[in-house]
Amino acid sequence: MTSLHERPHNGAVGDAVPHESASAHVTGHALYTDDLGVRLSNLLHAWPVQAPHAHARVTRLDYSQALNVSGVVRVLTAADVPGANDAGVKGDEPLFPTEVMYHGHPVCWVLGDSIDAARLGAQAVEVEYEPLPSLVSIHDAIAAESFQGAQSTLRRGDIVLGFEGAAHTFEGEFEFGGQEHFYLETNAALAYVDEGGQVFIQSSTQHPSETQEIAAHVLGLEAAQVTVQCLRMGGGFGGKEMQPHGYAAIAALGSVLTGRPVRLRLNRTQDITMTGKRHPFHAKWKVAFDADGRLHALQATLTSDGGWSLDLSEPVMARALCHIDNAYHIPHVEVHGRIAKTNKTSQTAFRGFGGPQGMLIIEDILGRCAPLLGLEAHALRRLNFYQPGEATPYGQPVRHAERLEDLWAQLMVSSAFEARYAEINAFNGAHPHTKRGLAITPVKFGISFNFTAYNQAGALVHVYKDGSVLINHGGTEMGQGLHTKMIQVAATALGVPVGWVRLAPTRTDKVPNTSATAASSGADLNGGAIKNACEQIKERLSAVAAGALGVHPNDVRFEQGLVYPLGHPDKGMDFKRLVHDAYHLRTQLWAAGYYRTPGLHWDRVAMQGEPFKYFAYGAAVAEVEVDGFSGLYRTRRVDILQDVGDSLSPLVDLGQVEGGFVQGAGWLTLEELRWDESDGPNRGRLSTQAASTYKLPSFSEMPEVFNVALMERATETGVVYGSKAVGEPPLMLGISVREALRQAAAAFGPAGRAQELASPATPEAVFWALDGARQSAGELVAADD
Amino acid sequence: MDSFTVTVNGQPREVQGARPHTTLLNWLRDGGLTGCKEGCAEGECGACAVLVSRPDGRGGTRLESVNACLVMLPAMNGQEVITAEGLGTPNHLHPVQHEMAVRGGSQCGYCTPGFVVSMAAEYYRPERREGEHHAPNGFDIHSLSGNLCRCTGYRPIQDAAHALGTPPESDTIAMLRTRPAPAPQALHLSGPDGDFHRPADLPEALDLLAEHPDATLLAGGTDWGVEVNIRHARAGVTIAVDALDELRELEWHDDHVRIGAGLNLSEIERRLDGRIPLMAEWFPQFASRLIRNSATLGGNLGTASPIGDSPPTLLALDASLILASRGGERDVPLSEFFKGYRQTELRDGELIRAVRIPLPLAPVTGFYKYAKRRFDDISSVAVGIAMELDGNMVGRIRIGLGGVAATPIRALKAEAALIGQPWTERTVREAARLMGQEGTPLSDHRASAEYRAAMLEQALLKFFYEKTEVVGG
Repeated sequence: MTSLHERPHNGAVGDAVPHESASAHVTGHALYTDDLGVRLSNLLHAWPVQAPHAHARVTRLDYSQALNVSGVVRVLTAADVPGANDAGVKGDEPLFPTEVMYHGHPVCWVLGDSIDAARLGAQAVEVEYEPLPSLVSIHDAIAAESFQGAQSTLRRGDIVLGFEGAAHTFEGEFEFGGQEHFYLETNAALAYVDEGGQVFIQSSTQHPSETQEIAAHVLGLEAAQVTVQCLRMGGGFGGKEMQPHGYAAIAALGSVLTGRPVRLRLNRTQDITMTGKRHPFHAKWKVAFDADGRLHALQATLTSDGGWSLDLSEPVMARALCHIDNAYHIPHVEVHGRIAKTNKTSQTAFRGFGGPQGMLIIEDILGRCAPLLGLEAHALRRLNFYQPGEATPYGQPVRHAERLEDLWAQLMVSSAFEARYAEINAFNGAHPHTKRGLAITPVKFGISFNFTAYNQAGALVHVYKDGSVLINHGGTEMGQGLHTKMIQVAATALGVPVGWVRLAPTRTDKVPNTSATAASSGADLNGGAIKNACEQIKERLSAVAAGALGVHPNDVRFEQGLVYPLGHPDKGMDFKRLVHDAYHLRTQLWAAGYYRTPGLHWDRVAMQGEPFKYFAYGAAVAEVEVDGFSGLYRTRRVDILQDVGDSLSPLVDLGQVEGGFVQGAGWLTLEELRWDESDGPNRGRLSTQAASTYKLPSFSEMPEVFNVALMERATETGVVYGSKAVGEPPLMLGISVREALRQAAAAFGPAGRAQELASPATPEAVFWALDGARQSAGELVAADD
Repeated sequence: MDSFTVTVNGQPREVQGARPHTTLLNWLRDGGLTGCKEGCAEGECGACAVLVSRPDGRGGTRLESVNACLVMLPAMNGQEVITAEGLGTPNHLHPVQHEMAVRGGSQCGYCTPGFVVSMAAEYYRPERREGEHHAPNGFDIHSLSGNLCRCTGYRPIQDAAHALGTPPESDTIAMLRTRPAPAPQALHLSGPDGDFHRPADLPEALDLLAEHPDATLLAGGTDWGVEVNIRHARAGVTIAVDALDELRELEWHDDHVRIGAGLNLSEIERRLDGRIPLMAEWFPQFASRLIRNSATLGGNLGTASPIGDSPPTLLALDASLILASRGGERDVPLSEFFKGYRQTELRDGELIRAVRIPLPLAPVTGFYKYAKRRFDDISSVAVGIAMELDGNMVGRIRIGLGGVAATPIRALKAEAALIGQPWTERTVREAARLMGQEGTPLSDHRASAEYRAAMLEQALLKFFYEKTEVVGG
């Protein structure tokens, strides 16, 4: 067996191939969960009754009128649940609540022959509520000391000592918004009882095994009686890690009770008002620098807004704490993390999983403090990088810290940073109403689930008698190109062309007990498992080939469908021929593969250990231009350099870097979630609950010049074919845009000022920031006539 | 009549028992064309984009992209639609599909068929010429601003768009452009969910409207579709007026331009061809190409939204509206048209027939829109300004404002402070201060009241610094 990272000659990994479903995507032939419904007859449609209160007790629920609506077949309530009335894994998410915990909380579901029938039925359900006091803003929750889950503290050094005698000490607060996933495909499930009496659920889920587990416990069945399949998702971004379970359970319950297939697809408003989002955070901090500008101590309290239930808030906070250092060595650290409980949607996983929030806090601190230290922000950042041999506050050595330096130096050159910085200063001096900003920010992101048990994966690989290959693995495809990479890994490991490998949909009856496809770990884990399965098969085939070729099995090579003795490709035999012969010699041509990430340990109480297999590094340079009359801005140029190890699939990885960056920039600039915090009748209602009010980046936000490169010669040993994870790390490159906006806003005022900037930095936020800068310059209304 | 025909991907499909509120999107999906996706159901994401065949004004056909989620199926009577499935198949990709596939233009793939359709519309746009829109192939990348992608960050999609050539001679879809477009056909559907009429001409429309004064008038449908999908509005009687010839005129007269209320904004943009500079500045900022291909001026004015983008522009241009009813026509200044929040001067049985813009145009104009996103966003504040300087003095100036009151308004205080005054920083700053006090702006999810007020002030300053020679003193 070869080492995990070594690549054979002429393998399929590293080729820039298009997404494996690209032809199906562009022609509309790629099927998603809700596309399957039209293929079934007798289909029922589900519609929720959503509560119009942020917090209330359900005092009466009468659905008799709903049953009189033409086409309504059944109303599902708590009384129908044969198993547990719970949709979560923490036991705090009743599927049918008696206490409404957020505005839009579904209290029951109506099944109808058509969507219209189900919707009209839902309107006819009579629900009475006793409104209860509610906590909507994070401030209200902090004031009321409304917290949930464990509170944790990350510590290193001596925080008292850290502040004593420090040359510079600053403190501040920072509150920033969450983010709606806005996957283009909303949550959807389709369930039926199959010909064997088993429950079969098609679900748009990143975590089929957990969807299976929740559906089974709601139905009072064992896991073996429920199968979950996910063909593909129209985007996930973490929003389909925990959220799909309840909807799959509703569809399954309806199907078991009626004997008919049940389709549940949330429309956009339902999806936004019912499902969790990225956690908003509040941070109160105090920081110390030495006379040169080196970070000396950081003390902070982070409060995340977890919404109504615990969901994944604890691990999200753990990751936030583990990323508050980002790329910087801080000798003395004491950071507390706590999770507010509010009457909002249950905030959940979102690409980066707390990492972006942790990093944003330290980057905001550096961006604000740099002028006070008399340093350029980019110089302050560079000064504080981890050096080889240093460890994070949680005790993990920062392996390959030198890559930060390398990336940074390469990017400074390729982006012509210094020259442009000077040009921009000159431009700003000459343009009173328009200012530009240029910023560079780094990313160091830990790869692996903080929850150690999740770092395992399985795969099932079949080689058929004709030499064709079918692979199955536990990961799900949400657009990130995992399946493309897995086909490349299998083709490489078996030494066949990619065209011989077909990938079958993810389903729990093929590979059991899978982890969520999350934490950027899909390719590392499932790739390891597929490689393992393929190598088992190859080992058996090698034995057969060795006999035929007259060499030792260790000297048999597999390459592009040819099997040959080491050093003699001309004496090879066809892979298909070998497979055929091996079958007749009674050789097992399929294998189950398994992978567990080695070397991980984590004490989540002490917040110490080595939770990550490695770190992914990257850096971005962003240039913006801000209009002083309005705060409107545009992104003129972005340069990115990202460490993805040796890329498994460069076209896919480039797409992840670019897409992640734009999504991160969207979070920090454009995407604004606004809840009604008034005491009026709509208290707790999400007022940005549609595409018309919650704006995603579109073409107009794309950087006008966008240069993205992957770091070269970056082999990561100990990871499948020397690659690194790429899903989440680039999101945090978007911080560069925010920092560039800060620079531009500050340029409207005098130098040496700490420039604050709200997040998201909408045009309005930027306007107030630059207006503040202008005011402090005292240059307003200088009428010159 | 309860059945009609829609041609889909070249095949006529008989529609039986259609309902007035069935959308084209849902009908296509129910018929198995699931490449057409619902991402938002309000015309914001473009995942449901389809091509429709429309007359090009020269006897041929234009292929235009629209959001299928906003189209009421009966309005498609007799017309022709092409979906992503109709452009190519996995084994025979259309050039647009090929470029999107090989360049990494799809990740999750859900928005992709919609992008392919929008891109195909641009691919087949007859006016596309090398070098236009800063693109080697003349591709207007902002024609895609009504399509949202959450995965790619758009760069590979842009690369795909810019890699496209021109359709080859053998392209069967391109050939469709040379034959006449199928004309919308008159229709009357009647059923338990309401009546749907597409009258044959204006007199029939006005008769129907007189009979059903509460009828919902369907022009572009980009607002009504949202009402139907999101707020589940249902109309007892729907009258589709967008295809009426009488509402589709665009005429230049000596003292005014007359623009039919049933023309969609893309048509107006093309036919004006920059001759009204303020409107030329405004068009690209109005929603997206997908919306502009459907939305009409009549619709935008008739819904009387305080944040509609056309009123600030048209108020600045001193436009009036020609309102038609069975009793005849009347001309109402736009400044007197809006009566209150979503209330207008329209009487029972009356519809907007045309917009009348007086000539000559004021020579110095500016349109300022404030929104979170640069394109395809709803404004928090919009300002239209049209001014004529008489030497150094302000001869006439009209300023239209949206988003700062229950109706679109004129900035009368600021106008008064400027007319007859020298165009200097001092007078402009004073007028801008007054403009900041116009209206009664509110705080909402789009912007705070303070920002809205500040933007009124800043818009005039920006106009001063950027559109005029700054006159020192």
